[in-house]
Amino acid sequence: MLNGIPLYWYLIVAAAMFCIGLYGALARTNAIAVLMGVELMLNAVNINLLAFWRYLTPESPAGLAFAAFVFIVAAAEAAVGLALIISVYRNMNSIDPEKLDLMKL
Amino acid sequence: MTLTQFNPLELLAVLPELALVIWALVILAADLITGGIKRRTLGLLTAIGMVGVLIISLITMPQAGQITPTVLGALIRNDLYTFVFRTIFIVAGAITALIAGDFKIARAGGEFYALLILATMSMCVMAASVDIIMLYLATEAASISLYLLAGFMRDTPRSAEAGMKYFVFGAVASTVMLFGLSLLYGASGGMTGYPPLSIVFQQQSPSTIALVSQYPDTFTLASFGLLFVMVGFMFKTSAVPFHFWSPDVYEGAPTPVSGFLSTASKAAGFAVMMRFIYYAFPPGLSPVSNIWVVMMQPIAILTMFLGNLLAVTQTNIKRMLAYSSIAQAGYMLMGATAFGWSADRADALASIIFYVGTYMICNIAAFAIVGAVSVHLGSENITDFAGMSRRSPYLALAMVGCMLSLTGAPPLIGFIGKLFVFRAAMNANLIMLMIVGIINVLISVYYYLGVTRAMYSDKGDQSAPAIKIGSNTTWVVGVSSVALVLLTVVATPFWNLALEAARSFLS
Repeated sequence: MLNGIPLYWYLIVAAAMFCIGLYGALARTNAIAVLMGVELMLNAVNINLLAFWRYLTPESPAGLAFAAFVFIVAAAEAAVGLALIISVYRNMNSIDPEKLDLMKL
Repeated sequence: MTLTQFNPLELLAVLPELALVIWALVILAADLITGGIKRRTLGLLTAIGMVGVLIISLITMPQAGQITPTVLGALIRNDLYTFVFRTIFIVAGAITALIAGDFKIARAGGEFYALLILATMSMCVMAASVDIIMLYLATEAASISLYLLAGFMRDTPRSAEAGMKYFVFGAVASTVMLFGLSLLYGASGGMTGYPPLSIVFQQQSPSTIALVSQYPDTFTLASFGLLFVMVGFMFKTSAVPFHFWSPDVYEGAPTPVSGFLSTASKAAGFAVMMRFIYYAFPPGLSPVSNIWVVMMQPIAILTMFLGNLLAVTQTNIKRMLAYSSIAQAGYMLMGATAFGWSADRADALASIIFYVGTYMICNIAAFAIVGAVSVHLGSENITDFAGMSRRSPYLALAMVGCMLSLTGAPPLIGFIGKLFVFRAAMNANLIMLMIVGIINVLISVYYYLGVTRAMYSDKGDQSAPAIKIGSNTTWVVGVSSVALVLLTVVATPFWNLALEAARSFLS
C-alpha cells in the first residue's frame, strides 16, 4: 500500500520486539536490564499503534495521541522504577530480583 | 476518543476527581508552608478532604434510572456505577490516611498523603473510563503511585524490596496489557472507545464485514488483544496465575498501604475489568467475547483454592491476609463468572459491587489492627498474638469480628456479601462453582479462626500490659466493628444502591 510495504511487516517487527523485550524482562537478573526490557516492549507497542494509525485511520488523531501518552507514561515509570531500584541498592547492595528473598515461605 | 467541541459543563462529571487533585496539592503545600506539621494532623487533614470530596460526589450524584451520556470526548461515563466505586475508593483512602497517621514507622510526610490521594483519584477515573486510552492512563497513574507507596519506608529493606518487586512485576504486566490494547486498536480499525469497539467485533455489523474482508485476521488479532488485556486485569485483581506478587508486596509494604492495596486497588481492578469486558465485548454478541466468559470460571476456581490452601500454611499474619485476599478475589471472580453466564446480569454485577464494599470494610479494619499490634509487639507472627484477649479485650474482639466477617459468618456483613455472590452463581446455573465456593469457605474457617484461637486460647505473656494504639486507629477500628454488625441489619438500602448502580451500568 504505502511504498509497497504491507501493514503486517510492521506488526511482525513489533511482535518480535515485544517478545525480545518480554524475554529480557523475565530472564535477566538485573533490575536495570528488566527495565530496559520493559522499554523495548513499550516501543513495540508504539510501532503497533503508529502502523495501525497510518494504515487504517490516518485522518483521526487518536493513534497519535495514544502513542504520545505511551511515551509520557514510559518516562514516568522509568523515573519511579530507577528511584525504587536505588533504594533497594542502598539497603542490600544488590539489584538482582532473584536475590531479594527477605520474604519467602 | 472523539474530537468534539469542548463544553466546560462536562467537567462537572469529574468534579470529585478535580477536587481530589486540588486537595493533594493543598496537602503538599500545607506540609511545606508549616515546615512539616505533625504527621497525624496531615493524615487527619487528608481524611477531612476525602470526606469533603465524598460530599461533592453526593451532590453531583447521577439520578437512578436515568441514562448518563459519555462526556469529555467519550472518555468518561459518570454513572451510578462510577459513583458507588468512587465512594468505596474514597472511604478506603480516608481510612488509610487516618491509620497511616498513627503508623509512625512509615514516617509519612506530605508526599505520602499526596500520593495516596492521587492513587485514589486515578482509581475513580479507572471506574469511570470508557475508552482504552483513558483506561491505560488511569491504570498506570494508580499503579505508579502505589509502587511508591509500597516502597515508602525506604530505610527498611523489606519495604524497599516490596516496592521494587511490585514495580518490576507491575511494569511487565501493564505493558503486556498495553500491547493487547494496541492490538484491539488495530483490530477494530482504529477505534479506542469501548462502544465503537463492541460494534466492530459484532459478527453481523457492516463495519465488521468490511474490515474482515480487508483484513481476514481481525478476529485472531482481537482475541489475542483480549487475552493480553486480561493479563493486566488479573494482575490488578491478584487472580491466579498473576497473584505471585501480592504476598511479598503486602508483607513488605507499610501496613496501611497493604490494607489499601488489598481493598481499593483490587476493587479498582474489578471496576475497570467489568466495564471493559462488558462494554467492549458484550457476551453473546461477538464471538471474541466467549473467551472471557469461558475463562472466568477456571480462574475463579484456581484463585479460590490457591489462596485458601496457601493461607493455611502461613505463620506471618500479613502474609496470611495476603493469601486470604487472593481467595477473596476468587469469590469476586465467581460473581464475574455468573455475570457472563447469567440472564439476570444486573443481579450478578450488583453482587460483585456489594461484595467489594463489604470486603473493603472488614479487610481494611483487619489491616489497621494488625498494623497497630505488630508495631507494638515488634513481630508479625500469628503466635505472638497469644493472650491478646486479656491484654486488649476490645481490640481482640474487633479482630474476631473482622475475621468472622471475612469468613462469611452469619451475623456479620461479610455473610450478606457472600450470600449474594453465591445466589448469583446459583441463578446462573453454576452449581459446581457454587459447591467449590462453599468448600473454600470451609477451608478459610481454619485459618481465620486460627488467629482467634491464638488470641483467646493460647496463654501468652500473662503480665504483659495492654496494647497501646493511636486514637485515629481506635476510631477506625471502633466504627468499622460497629458497621460490621449494624450494616447487616440495614443492608437493604445498600443492596438497592448496588442494584441501581448495576442497572445504570447496563443501560
